[in-house]
Amino acid sequence: MSANKPEYQSPESLFDRLDPLLTQVSKPIQYVGGELNARSKDWDSVPVHWALMYPDAYEVGLPNQGVQILYEVLNERSDALAERTYAVWPDLEKLLREHGVPQFTVDGHRAVGAFDVLGVSFATELGYTNMLTALDLAGIPMHAADRGDEHPIVLGGGHAAFNPEPISDFIDAAVLGDGEQIVGAITEVIAAHKAAGSPGGRDELLVRLAETGGVYVPRFYDVSYVLDGPSAGQLASVRPNRDRVPERVSKHTVMDLDEWPYPKTPLVPMAESVHERMSVEIFRGCTRGCRFCQAGMITRPVRERSIEGIGKMVESGLAATGFEEVGLLSLSSADHSEIGPLAKQLADRYEESRVSLSLPSTRVDAFNIDLANEFSRNGRRSGLTFAPEGGSERLRRVINKMVSHEDLISTVTAAYSQGWRQVKLYFMCGLPTETDEDVLEIATMAQDVIRAGRTATGSRDIKATVSIGGFVPKPHTPFQWAAQAAPEVVDSRLKKLRDAINSDRSLGRNIGMRYHDGQPSLIEGLLSRGDRRVGAVIERVWRSGGRFDGWSEHFSYQRWLDAADAVLPAHGVDIGFFTTRERDADEVLPWDHLDSGLDKQWLWDDWQDALTGYEQDDCRWTPCFDCGVCPTMGTDIQVGPTGRSLLPLAAATPKR
Amino acid sequence: MARRQPEGPPPAPIVQRIRVQYAKRGRMRFSSHRDFARAFERSLRRAAVPMAYSAGFHPHPKISYVGAAPTGVGSEAEYLEIALAERCEPADVIAAIDAVLPDGLDMVLAVDVLDAPPGSLPDQIQASHWRLELADDPAVLVEAVAELMRHESVMVDRLTKDGKRSIDARAAIVTGIVSAGTEDQSRAIIELVVRQATPAVRPDDVLAALTSVAGFAPSQPPRATRLAQGPLSENGAVGDPLRITTVKDTGTPVSTR
Repeated sequence: MSANKPEYQSPESLFDRLDPLLTQVSKPIQYVGGELNARSKDWDSVPVHWALMYPDAYEVGLPNQGVQILYEVLNERSDALAERTYAVWPDLEKLLREHGVPQFTVDGHRAVGAFDVLGVSFATELGYTNMLTALDLAGIPMHAADRGDEHPIVLGGGHAAFNPEPISDFIDAAVLGDGEQIVGAITEVIAAHKAAGSPGGRDELLVRLAETGGVYVPRFYDVSYVLDGPSAGQLASVRPNRDRVPERVSKHTVMDLDEWPYPKTPLVPMAESVHERMSVEIFRGCTRGCRFCQAGMITRPVRERSIEGIGKMVESGLAATGFEEVGLLSLSSADHSEIGPLAKQLADRYEESRVSLSLPSTRVDAFNIDLANEFSRNGRRSGLTFAPEGGSERLRRVINKMVSHEDLISTVTAAYSQGWRQVKLYFMCGLPTETDEDVLEIATMAQDVIRAGRTATGSRDIKATVSIGGFVPKPHTPFQWAAQAAPEVVDSRLKKLRDAINSDRSLGRNIGMRYHDGQPSLIEGLLSRGDRRVGAVIERVWRSGGRFDGWSEHFSYQRWLDAADAVLPAHGVDIGFFTTRERDADEVLPWDHLDSGLDKQWLWDDWQDALTGYEQDDCRWTPCFDCGVCPTMGTDIQVGPTGRSLLPLAAATPKR
Repeated sequence: MARRQPEGPPPAPIVQRIRVQYAKRGRMRFSSHRDFARAFERSLRRAAVPMAYSAGFHPHPKISYVGAAPTGVGSEAEYLEIALAERCEPADVIAAIDAVLPDGLDMVLAVDVLDAPPGSLPDQIQASHWRLELADDPAVLVEAVAELMRHESVMVDRLTKDGKRSIDARAAIVTGIVSAGTEDQSRAIIELVVRQATPAVRPDDVLAALTSVAGFAPSQPPRATRLAQGPLSENGAVGDPLRITTVKDTGTPVSTR
């Protein structure tokens, strides 16, 4: 389109052109930047310019830890600057098109096309269409193959980038795993290439990135398909098509979190965002081994931040932001080896202030309640959340999230009797081997929770909420071979569950049920386990108006089905091929050439163990079970206890 | 079982109230009142202002706001009042807050309530002085505003969350003066003094009234700024709500920086 217009590639501020448009859109503050702790660096002071995009609305994107970390890490470098850009809502998209104003960064209001790199962080696949909007508005050719030396390198990251094949037409490169160190390495490659006068142009730059072994450049790999026989339509092979490019691309792992205490000065949004709190990541990785959990599989091994490091980040972050709440983040925060002393010492330190602490709590045991009590010493005890994930004990063995019905009831009884008034229970529907009976046990569990709560408190006024999400099989997990449940199956089970919960009105009226219907999950499944042939489906959806697919008011299931029906049959496949079809052991998977460290044979064995309900322990407390990550990546689990404690504070706490 | 009660002593009593004038400038004019309030409360914590708090499980710092300018409209004269649990020098308090607020949300002036005019802060806010900059011919605006002022009452519809609401955009206008821009003579500037009413008449309501009576439609979205809020003198000037002075014959805004 307008790719060659100079304004699409000029780093000059566009704010004066944007200003009159902002008075005509909803929540204009999300587009103006200037938040507390936002950075702004002189364009000409550095050789390498990064635009970092979270492909969703500002209110969702701003709190994202990944983007905040990379923003700070890059801006601290003397050879780079980073500015942020978010998805614009359709009201502003329309005005930008009418007035010829390109996709812009919120920091300097510079055209995204002016940057050297557009890094896009995909926490979920449902942001893919928003990336296409941004590329189009930026005047960057949508297809990587059509880009020239003057265009930014479009670089994908985040958990969804562990299978970037569905977006391989649109990105130039992808990075797997922790970004802190690799963004520096990429900056140095780009800076050296530029300093040498950009020899060989864009193609040579991409080769230089690819030959590091840590940057995946899809165009340097040829994919072939099985043309006939029972495996027709499946991948035959994925091979590098030139020298200097590795067979497999490895993920990145930051080994010492204390060396990377980011974000040090978290961004404080001016607009209201989804998380009005500061987050401190207390460890990365998880070896609980829940078989559905992609995050737990691809972030191994466990690496703990030290108790002193956490204490410093909480203190300096609060001083830098003025936030009132601190969330201690990780995939299973109660599993930090020193969480007990940490919780007590932080609660002591902030008892006199109005700072509140929270722990995303998913473990179903009494220890979790002790921690929650510590964090609510003088506050209201409203809701406590547990995530049994599977409705029946049999199903919980399949997913390797073992908690018995009795344990759950005794845990919630303890919670209610210690003053907690509401218990939230998280489940998934559509898990492998699941039957109607497994899901109906959620109703039994919820009813038993209410009975136990009434007995424990002597009051009828207690509440439980069951929240149910549709299960989506993800790459690099033992369930990567599983058949996804059809939306009709999920919806029918949820209806039966609702009827079962309401069958006893005296209990049912105290049970809330929250769920999503199964259709968005199927599309997420298509995008999660799709291959390069799915790219044309995404593009077709976008061209027919698809935007903000993570938002139910914007998502159109029919649009996705129509696009899949129009595109996929030419390849002899359909949407079911990618979603509801179970894969065999010997099938070449679209992400096999992307190395998450997990041994494929181990994943397969764990999948077979799942089908027989055989549980897998946690390598933090039991011997190594050879998932493959540590030997492949040269890493090791890093856990305490260290026996150390929070350092005493040098300065006064925020409270006078 | 019995509901848990907050433990510990009741909140510290209020020992001082401070009234504050602040400005919303540049890109921060796109902040809504809620956006400002969140940023301001965070700045109180970062500046370690010894606020007085409400009681209960979720104590709130005691802050009262008056008449916030609409989202997208700049202002040199917004006002709020805070209650403190320790006595402080008002100028020091706003200097500390200003240092930790984003640029464009700027503290202007602070006075102890005891040094301010008697009565509540809302009592002092009788009128608002607005400046509207338009990319339109001043001569056209002179005619349009004159036509508007010939009416006693002009009802316009305002879209609210609850649907359309009809308000009188003319009755509240005390004066409306059109001039040509100093830098660009082809641009028009309207200065309006608008009496405080419920609901408040805002610049876009006046523009809607100009459309209604004179068929005027701005060629570009105008830029509006509140220059002053305060007591209204008999000759139609807007005074300073924070200082005990007789209202002078001037509508110029107060600025101490």
